[in-house]
Amino acid sequence: MNKTQILVICRHQEILQTIIRLVNSNPDWECTGANTDQQAIDAFSEIAFDLVLLGSGIEPSSEGNLITFFRNCRPQVSIVQHYGGGSGLLSAEIYQGLGQKAS
Amino acid sequence: MAQTVLHRAETRGHASHGWLNSYHTFSFANYYNPERMNFGALRVLNDDTVDAGMGFGTHPHDNMEIISIPLEGDLEHKDSMNNVAVIKNGDIQAMSAGTGIYHSEYNKDRQHRVKFLQIWVYPDKRNVEPRYDQITLKAEDRHNKLQQILSPNPDDQGVWIHQNAWFHLGRFDKGVSANYKIKGKGNGVYVFVLSGDVKINDQVLYTRDGFGIWDTDAFTITAESDAEFLLMEVSMSF
Repeated sequence: MNKTQILVICRHQEILQTIIRLVNSNPDWECTGANTDQQAIDAFSEIAFDLVLLGSGIEPSSEGNLITFFRNCRPQVSIVQHYGGGSGLLSAEIYQGLGQKAS
Repeated sequence: MAQTVLHRAETRGHASHGWLNSYHTFSFANYYNPERMNFGALRVLNDDTVDAGMGFGTHPHDNMEIISIPLEGDLEHKDSMNNVAVIKNGDIQAMSAGTGIYHSEYNKDRQHRVKFLQIWVYPDKRNVEPRYDQITLKAEDRHNKLQQILSPNPDDQGVWIHQNAWFHLGRFDKGVSANYKIKGKGNGVYVFVLSGDVKINDQVLYTRDGFGIWDTDAFTITAESDAEFLLMEVSMSF
């Protein structure tokens, strides 16, 4: 069975690594991390992500541009704000995001 | 007409890690219930017990207002802003994680457990400068009256956070009542019973029950027995 592909974007490198580790600890999920907008765009162009998690530090203009890009490429992708830097909210955000398709 | 939601104590998620025994009112860590995700801007209400000498190692947070209230024992807090503080039983601490912060929370007592509430509220502004605030509360200020312990205003009583939220504690003798008027337009209140039996309007609640009420201007809280409780008024949309 293919793993659920998750892209996490976060400007804080250490928090990003924490999130990647936590997501990958679920055997059904596979996480790719991106610090910069370009890294996120490049990854999104290569991998059919099921879910995008927006982490801390992303500027509003960047966030808007990224969401527009993602939706244009793949309207059905779920995009979820991640709160807490790899906190106990992470799993629930992913489960909830996967249960809700992009509107 | 007021809308309500009732969360009995025994319906909370539960995680026992040996050194940590935690009850989750809302989805957290391995507890996932899509119908228990939040109450408005109130996202996490964890009822934690940590063994002597144990605690949460350094870990990150961002974009969350984190409130800690020890109920029994003290909690040592260290963070990446070089703050080191002991949050004592009787204190309240609020931490705005904002752009990102690392912190640890430990029970430094070698003999006694610590019991505390950890409460997370979505902020009304993202990526703020991390900060924290801590005060000691006077127990007499909540005996048979509502003690404000948190608000959106740095100049008001209690600690403050980045959200249109007000928290109150009460320790009422049996039979004592109070009327709570909701302060913010569009806000609701989540009641958490620390001990005893209380009645919110006509709804009876028991120890560690949670009850949310919204689409109303006010409600009555009555102690059916000697009781302690926490009222958390938060925005229902954020």
